[in-house]
Amino acid sequence: MNKFSMKLLSKLGNEGFARSCISAFCVELEPSVEQINDIKTAVSEAVTNCIVHAYNGQNDKFIDIIVSLDERKVEIIIEDNGCGIDDVEKAKQPFYTTKPEQERSGMGFTLMQTFMDSVEVTSQKGKGTKVVMQKIIKKD
Amino acid sequence: MRLELYNNSNCGVAKLEGELDEGCVSEIRKKIDTFIDSNNILQFVFDFSRLSFMDSTGIGMLLGRYKKLKQKNVPVYIAKASGHVDFILNTAGIYTIMQKIS
Repeated sequence: MNKFSMKLLSKLGNEGFARSCISAFCVELEPSVEQINDIKTAVSEAVTNCIVHAYNGQNDKFIDIIVSLDERKVEIIIEDNGCGIDDVEKAKQPFYTTKPEQERSGMGFTLMQTFMDSVEVTSQKGKGTKVVMQKIIKKD
Repeated sequence: MRLELYNNSNCGVAKLEGELDEGCVSEIRKKIDTFIDSNNILQFVFDFSRLSFMDSTGIGMLLGRYKKLKQKNVPVYIAKASGHVDFILNTAGIYTIMQKIS
């Protein structure tokens, strides 16, 4: 059992720091290279969503991250206090994006769901969004 | 992220090295577009042999360049994507519009 939390500015480039940091923390569970890449991608998607969508480019806001490890799995919570999502189910659909003019692919939630074993999204308009993702590292 | 752009007898090549994400994508996009507009190219190749990471931001960038090149009737190819990058390209259906080459 291990746990860490961090508060990260919603600054462009911090998605890279978050994925490196979190994947390094997971090394304790002896994940495969593939599993590390899966975690890096899911974290990158969730943090990029906070920067691009929740805070819409405002780079002085905070993203809260909590990572917990137990013997076999990792849980990652990524939370913002941004604009919230109108319709979470719609947002999860592949290729759906609210910002097509920015060449966004609309694949963020799809990739999180592809790479993690579970992804739960709760959002409140004007309050923020919380993403809870779990991945089993050791199967037995 | 490092980007190398060159014109090999009317074949434009963009070789990306490192991690492609939101933090670097706008600069990459700008450089590739400038290159496309200032070179006479008949086909375009993304060389991903040195690309170690990509997320959905990269997918958006690829689709944007694909649309731009399609208007000029220039076909786009993807070369040498590594395991993880290759899996993401597959998941997003990129290979259905941009042919994979070795």
